[in-house]
Amino acid sequence: MAYPVDRRYSKDHEWIRLSADVAEVGITDFAQQQLGDVVFVDLPAAGAAVTAGAAFGTIESVKAVSELFAPMSGTILEVNAALKDHPEYVNSAPHDTWMVRVRVSDPASVESLLDAAQYEALLT
Amino acid sequence: MTEAVTALRTTPLHARHRASGARMTPFAGWDMPVEYTGITQEHMAVRTAAGVFDVSHMGQIEVAGKAALAAVQRISCNDASRLELGRAQYSGLLSPEGTFLDDLVVYRLGPSHFMLVVNAANVAADYAWIAEQAAAVGDVAVVDSSSRYALIAIQGPAALDTLQPLTGAHLGGVPYYGFTYGEVANARALISRTGYTGEDGFEIFVPPNTADKVWQALLQSGADQGVIPCGLGARDTLRLEAGMRLHGQDIDATTTPLEAGLGWIVGWKKPSFIGSEALAAQKQAGTTRHLVGFELTDRGIARHGHAIVHNGAPVGLVTSGTQTPFLKKAVGMAYVPRELSAVGTALEIDIRGRTTPGVVTPLPFYKRPAS
Repeated sequence: MAYPVDRRYSKDHEWIRLSADVAEVGITDFAQQQLGDVVFVDLPAAGAAVTAGAAFGTIESVKAVSELFAPMSGTILEVNAALKDHPEYVNSAPHDTWMVRVRVSDPASVESLLDAAQYEALLT
Repeated sequence: MTEAVTALRTTPLHARHRASGARMTPFAGWDMPVEYTGITQEHMAVRTAAGVFDVSHMGQIEVAGKAALAAVQRISCNDASRLELGRAQYSGLLSPEGTFLDDLVVYRLGPSHFMLVVNAANVAADYAWIAEQAAAVGDVAVVDSSSRYALIAIQGPAALDTLQPLTGAHLGGVPYYGFTYGEVANARALISRTGYTGEDGFEIFVPPNTADKVWQALLQSGADQGVIPCGLGARDTLRLEAGMRLHGQDIDATTTPLEAGLGWIVGWKKPSFIGSEALAAQKQAGTTRHLVGFELTDRGIARHGHAIVHNGAPVGLVTSGTQTPFLKKAVGMAYVPRELSAVGTALEIDIRGRTTPGVVTPLPFYKRPAS
């Protein structure tokens, strides 16, 4: 699978699509395959602060609970409401399903994350 | 001192699972398939069509000889004297304290010949225990015959229609928890109408070198009905939805049948058996805790090990929990104090630091529609 080049990636298998100082964050196809069927996504409310490297939520498959780590610091602007009733979108369309929109404190920090080629190299 | 790495054991279907792209996992010392196409899809297939499971890792222990019935009666808590030939029963292998060394299904193969099907994790320990206890009863042979059997389960409303074309045995004549002998895809088989999913279905015991052709034949026969291979992941969500206990999680060497809501497997009327005195005493005194089913009433999923909280204090533990694919609810089983075990009692579950409300519900969560 070719990873989209319009975004950055973290080593925790998240993708980050930045526009000015607002980033959409989701998980990669590799991550959703590892997880299996996602049944529950637990995200903080709009207004919550996130800190780079710290856990900000959990994503649960049938068998297991995994933490979501913030790829950058900032404030949650919006949470994807569709995930409440349709957590399976994360499996079927991982690169089109954002989980949170974040106002990023330091947009330059996003630029220093992995690009598509570097992320793919991680997976081999 | 470094521990030697022991290679995982494999069933006769191991190569088939790998070739099918199954995600594998170690389980009870075996390299087993967890899922093929996904736990949710496999779970739904069993509820709406049928699924095929490799459960060859389970153990078969045979007890035969003049004192076979007496030996089985001693070590197994259910009343085996009620078993006619061709019948099986769910039971417990109890300690002298009345707690579960294992749960099992007892098959009456002959007047003095029984087969005990036990959990994979406990085969060696069960065999040693049964052999020791049986020797004290009388003239009886106890054999671990697990290596003689591969075991394939087909479970779901389409199970009978899928299996019938492959065998001359008249499956419609086999009652629930009955079994018969026959051939499946030309393999010599014991076919029992048992399972661990809450659906109609069959468990097929065949010689190991015939397992692959039986597996292929089942999938081919059921292909246009949507019959697919299923792994241990779906096996667990299915049995939990159906309210079935898992030894090592919901029942273990610290819990009795009375506490686990399994009093119906105790043969109170038969001669004394290992654990019977302890159970009688507990029945007299009353149990202090009870295994209940519950569902969450707010967002979240309860998992094994989460604390049950009441009035701010931890009072019990979740033994099994998941979001079940068919009912689409977060359900679980937990031990709670007897006073909190009535259906409708409000509970709280501590899910990673967040207290989430739930309610005690009847077990099972799912019952298959009457046919």
